[in-house]
Amino acid sequence: MTSSCLHNSSDPPREHLLHRLYAVQRQYRHISPQAMQRIADEFHLPLSQVASVVAFYAFFSTQPLGRFHILFSNCTSCGYLANGENLLQLLCKQLQTSPGKTRTDELVSIDETSCIGQCDHGASLLVNGIPIAGLNSEKITQIAQLIATAIPLDAWPAHWFEIRDAVHRRELLLTTQPTPGSALRQALKQGIGKTLAEIRQSRLRGRGGAGFDTGTKWQLCREALGDARYVVCNADEGEPGTFKDRVLLRIYAEALFEGMALCAFVIGATRGFIYLRGEYRHLLPHLLTALNRHRNQGLLGVNILGHAGFDFDIDIVAGAGAYICGEESALIESLEGKPGIPRIRPPFPVTHGYLGQPTAVNNVETLIAATHIVAHGSDRFNSVGTPQSPGTKILSVSGDCHSPGIYEYPFGVRIQQILDDCGADDAQAVQIGGPAGKLIAPADFNRAIGFEDLSTGGSFLVFGQQRDLLTIHHNFAHFFAHESCGFCTPCRVGTQLLKNTLANIAAGRGSACDPKELQQLGQIIQRQSHCGLGHSAANHVLDGLQQFPQTFSSHLKQSFSARFDLDQSLASARQLTHRDDADAHLDNG
Amino acid sequence: MMATIRIDNQEIPFTPGQTIMDAALAAGVYIPHLCHYPGLTPNGNCRLCMVETGNHSVAACITPAVAGQEIRNNTPELNAARTAITQMLFVEGNHICPSCEKTGNCKLQAMAYHLGMLDDHFPQFYQRRELDASHPDILLDRSRCILCDLCVRASREVDNKNVFAIAGRGTNAHLIVNSPSGKLTDSAIAATDLAATVCPVGAVMIKEQGYQVPIGQRIYDCRTIRETGLQEHIDNKNDN
Amino acid sequence: MTIERKNKRKLKIATASLAGCFGCHMSFLDMDEHLAGLLEQVEFDRSPFTDIKRIGSCDIGLIEGGVCNAENVHVLREFRANCAVLVAVGACAINGGVPALRNYFDLKDCLEEAYLTGTGITNPQIPNDRELPLLLDKVYPISEVVPIDYFLPGCPPSAAAFLQLLEPLLTGQKPAISKSHLHYD
Repeated sequence: MTSSCLHNSSDPPREHLLHRLYAVQRQYRHISPQAMQRIADEFHLPLSQVASVVAFYAFFSTQPLGRFHILFSNCTSCGYLANGENLLQLLCKQLQTSPGKTRTDELVSIDETSCIGQCDHGASLLVNGIPIAGLNSEKITQIAQLIATAIPLDAWPAHWFEIRDAVHRRELLLTTQPTPGSALRQALKQGIGKTLAEIRQSRLRGRGGAGFDTGTKWQLCREALGDARYVVCNADEGEPGTFKDRVLLRIYAEALFEGMALCAFVIGATRGFIYLRGEYRHLLPHLLTALNRHRNQGLLGVNILGHAGFDFDIDIVAGAGAYICGEESALIESLEGKPGIPRIRPPFPVTHGYLGQPTAVNNVETLIAATHIVAHGSDRFNSVGTPQSPGTKILSVSGDCHSPGIYEYPFGVRIQQILDDCGADDAQAVQIGGPAGKLIAPADFNRAIGFEDLSTGGSFLVFGQQRDLLTIHHNFAHFFAHESCGFCTPCRVGTQLLKNTLANIAAGRGSACDPKELQQLGQIIQRQSHCGLGHSAANHVLDGLQQFPQTFSSHLKQSFSARFDLDQSLASARQLTHRDDADAHLDNG
Repeated sequence: MMATIRIDNQEIPFTPGQTIMDAALAAGVYIPHLCHYPGLTPNGNCRLCMVETGNHSVAACITPAVAGQEIRNNTPELNAARTAITQMLFVEGNHICPSCEKTGNCKLQAMAYHLGMLDDHFPQFYQRRELDASHPDILLDRSRCILCDLCVRASREVDNKNVFAIAGRGTNAHLIVNSPSGKLTDSAIAATDLAATVCPVGAVMIKEQGYQVPIGQRIYDCRTIRETGLQEHIDNKNDN
Repeated sequence: MTIERKNKRKLKIATASLAGCFGCHMSFLDMDEHLAGLLEQVEFDRSPFTDIKRIGSCDIGLIEGGVCNAENVHVLREFRANCAVLVAVGACAINGGVPALRNYFDLKDCLEEAYLTGTGITNPQIPNDRELPLLLDKVYPISEVVPIDYFLPGCPPSAAAFLQLLEPLLTGQKPAISKSHLHYD
């Protein structure tokens, strides 16, 4: 990273705004108005832009955080409730603080955050950005003691910070690693036309879930008019329950870099970005080392593999806690140093992307697949999968099963097969593709993973019989309300209303009219929102109402209940008047 | 011959580059809208102008007109969705019409009248947002802001001042002021700016003008938002 | 929700003002000569017009004002339990209205300002007699406490709007407020 003091004061720094803000936050444990003003001056930006960026990303704070800043995941698989007790409350209690507040001595602050991608290891947290997985009450007690005695992180048990990647099933992508450079050499040998043709023949489709044809994307980008072209790798895997990119970035980073270089070769880009989700910032040192190694092998930089004029290099930009940045146009906004608000489309990034120039945005897994295709040929890639979905899909399996972890399957695999393989004996439901995906019941376990049936970015959440699905819905609704960018009305307000309605039902204040209310509200959010987040935010509720109506009806009362806790609403008056007689209470009806 | 689209079976001509909204307004066809103001860059955030073409719902103000498009606009289903979206805006902020100086001249209120809205339907959010009365001529009451972004665009595109921005996510989204203190009085805004007068609701208001026009003579006492919406246009000198 | 009318008995109407200003009731009386015709078809049960204290079984309940205290909750529930059709009348019943301006402040601040720290207070103390209903933390729309069948907006609704509401209800029809009578202020 470029040091900010090296640049000429009249030029904006080359450092990314998000990285500059991160550095300030790390040093001062918050970003003060004065710091924002200083950064606005440095970057020649309006103060309001810096302030809106700070306010947008969940990991930035304008209030001082603790020297130990703890963020518990609140995902259904790696969240603080994952093993049946509230570990967040437990740690707060042991450290005598409360969630979302910094202890007055500024030693510690504890809060929750969206899924941190440790779903294969149960309850997890980030301490100053570094994950600790496999939490239980004993570990929490140990953590509390370490924090209370202000033991620095590097003196904490080292094995706590080891990330274990459990890969249970390997196919095309995870079996053999192409020799670094073999795909690029092949591409240089056969030329752009043949390389693009190979990708097209493979019929590779985007692995993020939407499934756009990769060859078509690269061709459109190549043909688009522009002064420069960009390759962007979307490593913002924020869908709760997904952790495949974590594994791919740790083990297969070279194949990813090479896939990006292949894309650059085809579309004519000299610059590429990996947009890494803030929750994976701890992978940054590893990735930067791997990038350097790659550069030293002549696989990145100027005249790649001695090919005159083939120049391409990769920067890594780390996000700062915003699920919406997985949406490609929001990601590009974030790359440009702005809040991640999805753009108006059309135009699409392939013609008007980063800095308004043609940009190919691809998922980590897609780019790695491209490397395999060019190295080993499209025939081998095509030999597995289904006609509409050639190749394989890497799934992140978690939840109520014996062997959570990574499973690579040919497309077309049945849900029941996956459940059998991961040891999920009593699944009552599976959430395919994360909260934004599809909730399916056992009657649909014979359905298949594939773009023509159940499309997924890779999240595979298993819910056993003992789970209360309403809790799951409430968790998902909370997630979307928290991650909605706030741009459009139906998503901004609607996701909050969904969350509140589900919370009311869960609190025993649901009324018979609520399922219909949820249905209507869900359809408005799905149909009228601006981007994919809104379009999918109500899926789980709409699926649940259809597949598992008793989830909701069993919690409802025949009579109408107040939409808020009536007795609680008298609490402050009771306190102020020192009354606690019968008339000072209300039943909730 | 000019290319056309059809809105609710009415043939409407358009020129390349026009959105569905542009073409509709030019032909005197009203598509409900709050965050759109002809002459400012369309933004598409309020979602009142959602229309249907084929199986898709699109925001008319940001969707290019394409020859032969069949568009549904004034249908009971779409107007029901628009009513729900208007109700969402009502419950998200604090829209207590009898106590608001903007009443009678408020587009959110007029939109609700247009849609025949009788109640807010959803539970209130009871938001508390910061009020900024620092400027001698202009009041900023964020609790009434519907985040339509019109003042942001007006300030940037017409006033050339960039006084406003929207910050924060989800229901924490709020209007911020581009000044060192974050206060309006330390910003470059003036009462004559478009950004000071374009607000459709009572969030950004010129001070000391409230209740000057008697009931019965206010904008939406006399005309509907459909009538005013077909006639609005800002001539942006910066475009030339 | 409509009213089934057996033989030609008079319909019973009850009205109440919760956290309101009685402005809606005053506007009701503005029906003037129409009141005479109305009274041939209806009789009033519990209402400020009659001073009847307990509500009996009624056909129509008209609620003015939002819900600001425990007594409002009890009255509103009694109305809901006894009225075939319950109507939220006026801005305050529908979304809290002017009394809901106190929602900008914590109840503690409101009471302390009013009874402890405000100007001109002698013998500062927050009243705590059991006879006084406790205040809710906020002023709520009545539809957040009980289900409501119809809404009549306005601050207050005009006499003409009341007629548009009542005339169809008296003949068992669903009321529809015309856009020309629709206003929130």
